[in-house]
Amino acid sequence: MKTIAYFPGCALKDQARADETGTLGALARLGYEIREIPRWNCCGTVFSLVQDDLMRHVGPVRNLLRVQAMEEEKVLTLCAMCYGTLARSAHFVEDPERLRRINAFLDPDAYQGGVEVIHLLTLLRDEVGYERLAAETRRPLNGLRVAPYYGCVLLRPRPFAVDDPDSPAAMERVVEALGGTAVPFPERTECCGTHLTVTRKDVVEERVGRILRSARGGGADALVVTCPLCHFNLEERRPAGTPDLPVLYLGQLLAWAMGEDDPGVASLVGRAAVSSEAVR
Amino acid sequence: MNEVTVFIMGKGYRVPAGLTIMKAMEYAGYRLTRGCGCRGGYCGACATVYRLKGDYKLYGDLACQTTVQDGMYIAQLPFTPAERPAYRLEELQARGETLLALFPELARCVACNTCTKACPQKLEVMDAVQAALRGDIPGVADLTFDCVSCGLCTMRCPAEISHHHVWQLARRLNGAYLTPRAPHVAQRVEEVRAGKFKGELDRLVAMPKEGLVAAYKARDIEP
Repeated sequence: MKTIAYFPGCALKDQARADETGTLGALARLGYEIREIPRWNCCGTVFSLVQDDLMRHVGPVRNLLRVQAMEEEKVLTLCAMCYGTLARSAHFVEDPERLRRINAFLDPDAYQGGVEVIHLLTLLRDEVGYERLAAETRRPLNGLRVAPYYGCVLLRPRPFAVDDPDSPAAMERVVEALGGTAVPFPERTECCGTHLTVTRKDVVEERVGRILRSARGGGADALVVTCPLCHFNLEERRPAGTPDLPVLYLGQLLAWAMGEDDPGVASLVGRAAVSSEAVR
Repeated sequence: MNEVTVFIMGKGYRVPAGLTIMKAMEYAGYRLTRGCGCRGGYCGACATVYRLKGDYKLYGDLACQTTVQDGMYIAQLPFTPAERPAYRLEELQARGETLLALFPELARCVACNTCTKACPQKLEVMDAVQAALRGDIPGVADLTFDCVSCGLCTMRCPAEISHHHVWQLARRLNGAYLTPRAPHVAQRVEEVRAGKFKGELDRLVAMPKEGLVAAYKARDIEP
């Protein structure tokens, strides 16, 4: 077993519980001992762009401090928003003067720096690897046509991009390794509208409609996301007339392929099997 | 007499060492009609803030539980203004959204931990805010069980959260919807309704004062 520190984030403990259970089960099957950070706090949801009000940066850095206290060097997130905030904060405090001033708020503790923040997608690509992923797949996706949707925070801003921001491929490769058919589509790196879901539902609806039409236009049977907030927006903020495209979290595909239960994926894969047999 | 100098609301007094802040204020001539309750550390009415000479930190504590120190600068907080929206418990659901809908300022928490440092009960206050944010109502109830609602965290919070009102709602939701029912309570309520204790109660109500005093003196006392 390989241990890894794990930052769940609020969404995965509340509205998006279903995204967590199967994913962690699948990672355990892949040989990871998941160590949830004790007493973690909200990542902050968005990275604060304010440079001088350092208290806004204390929250994410406090989580990195807790990882340091666990004597782990990396921390895994399942949420793209948490990844963005934590990874950018880790970088922000690489500056010793900023770190010194933020540590004054963390008194009596002090963060030393150096914790690396990774997302489920990068774990699968860089540590598990596509080949092992394919080899460990117990229930292939039967060629299910899946449209990988990256959204924005995994790819922007550029220094924190987990893949080529203009032409990402990691999620397509993961889908293929699990036995699915990746369906790239033009809107896959567009923002879903994120937290505007609270104050400007109209903006989010317009974007969600565009994303789902684009994916359906490419012939997808389902959309796969890396973020509970994208997941929420793409399901709950659909304008009238949007194609009825199921949305899945990346970990759900992983969980099902590794042998965990996931009713959402199960019904889709069953349907894919039927349609591919019909083609034969 | 061993005395120390304290500054109450900015004015210096010599008071006997070893007094609590509350007793020192009374020794100095203050008559406390607000910001003073049980004097035993339970009611949370006597929140006080102070600084020590040569120390940058602002401390908070209960005046009835804290001994004066030489050079202490003290201010009493007789009341903490805090917003508590009206709600009907029977119309609420025990979910995280309920807490956030009634107390949206929870989402302003920056995890600075100032609340935890302010707590005279040594509670993990920030952890409770974080538990509230992720909808962990039993977690909030457990973490805040010993809260005395003194309001010190609320006075210090840069996110302007009304902590003790959030905790009260979380504990109410937890008690009403998330903890197992206690069948013996319902059974006892039925017994009370059916008049099981009526005879005994009527006897006491009708008893003259001398009889009551004698009965009180002869009562069974739990060991």
